[in-house]
Amino acid sequence: MADSSKVTLLDSWYSPFGMRVRIALAQKEIEYEYKEENLSDKSPLLLQMNPVKKQIPVLIHRGKPVCESLIIVQYIDEVWNQKSPLLPSDPYQRARARFWADFVDQKIYSLGKQVWLSTGEAQEAAKKELLDTFKLLEGELGQKPYFGGETLGFVDVALIPFYTWFSSFEHCGNFTMVEECPKLVAWAHKCMEKESVSKTLPDLKKVFDFLMDFIKKQKANK
Amino acid sequence: MAEEVKLLGVWASPISCRVETALKLKGIKYELITEDLANKSPLLLNSNPVHKKIPVLLHNGKPIAESIVILEYIEETWKGNPILPEDPYERAMARFWAKFVDEQCLPVIVKACSSKGKEQEQAKEEAIDHLKTLECQLKDKRFFGGDTIGLVDIVAIVIWYWLQLIQEAVGLELLTEERFPTLFKWGDDYVNCIGIKECLPPRDKLLAVVKERFKPSD
Repeated sequence: MADSSKVTLLDSWYSPFGMRVRIALAQKEIEYEYKEENLSDKSPLLLQMNPVKKQIPVLIHRGKPVCESLIIVQYIDEVWNQKSPLLPSDPYQRARARFWADFVDQKIYSLGKQVWLSTGEAQEAAKKELLDTFKLLEGELGQKPYFGGETLGFVDVALIPFYTWFSSFEHCGNFTMVEECPKLVAWAHKCMEKESVSKTLPDLKKVFDFLMDFIKKQKANK
Repeated sequence: MAEEVKLLGVWASPISCRVETALKLKGIKYELITEDLANKSPLLLNSNPVHKKIPVLLHNGKPIAESIVILEYIEETWKGNPILPEDPYERAMARFWAKFVDEQCLPVIVKACSSKGKEQEQAKEEAIDHLKTLECQLKDKRFFGGDTIGLVDIVAIVIWYWLQLIQEAVGLELLTEERFPTLFKWGDDYVNCIGIKECLPPRDKLLAVVKERFKPSD
């Protein structure tokens, strides 16, 4: 039976971690209240709901907060388990999905930031490692339309928000994703055919401009 | 069907030990294949080509890597003596605190144990801060898992059992009973739990390994 208690999401429009949760909620057709957080002026609600990390996204369900995007996605999958399962039912396949989602978490954000913000040899090394990461993911995708097989799954939800960062990596790293990782680009386009993804991901140019501005400010502060 | 469970690991590693603990608590027979981390076996490199690290669980030949992923797999495959609660919210909390130990506590504790001077002081302060946050989660519970040991306890024991030995080896005062009375009691209760002693490496043997590992390099 669908849980109809109030759901609130504390998030920031440009956060790929927040997008993961929004996609999961959309896949499950869960109604929720969205609250945009200004991360330079965090709301008392955010600080109260996530006192440990003081970060978005935070899902508030039945008055209780759940933090960390992949933990939230698993929670959503477990509570609203009647439709669109994100994790497979077989324990080995679940372990594989968790492994690759964790891999995305370990690599993409930190390497991506280095590609944006460093220069010279350090940037080249980060770029190489980022591309290696994407190629490993292509290997895991194989011939499947989605990491989840025939439908959008846990790893797809974990990774697709970073599609909004592809053009910023290309710009700063001086490469094109379609040349380096054509399978991943094709996969991203396939994901975008799903409404839960296309209606969640913000406009790519808007994200690109936002990131370029962020990078400029970060570099000026050094 | 015959079950074949193997663990590529190292007896002294707290991360490898997590998996051994879960297997033992659930009464699962397994073979520990000790890896020489300076000379990794083809089996390890084939089973975990992405990270090339231990522990790796091999269940009927199928590899599972990353300790917390392995613990969740063990929980879902062998249902006896559960280490995660049934309620989705409580499960989310357990996952959150396990992640907190691994991503917030451990890196800064390792830094405090292996650095000197100002860097060490800063790392030590941050570690104390994180450990205090973790300690608050125990509140009036005997274990992080409640009345019985759970995922967070199995993951967090490194900060009580291994850390005390490292402190002794490097002369660092971080986790003390005075500073963390609740964590201290928790660690004591954990190691005295039935079935746990066999899950932890013997203290003297481990101290020798730790002293070698954290030997100051001149």
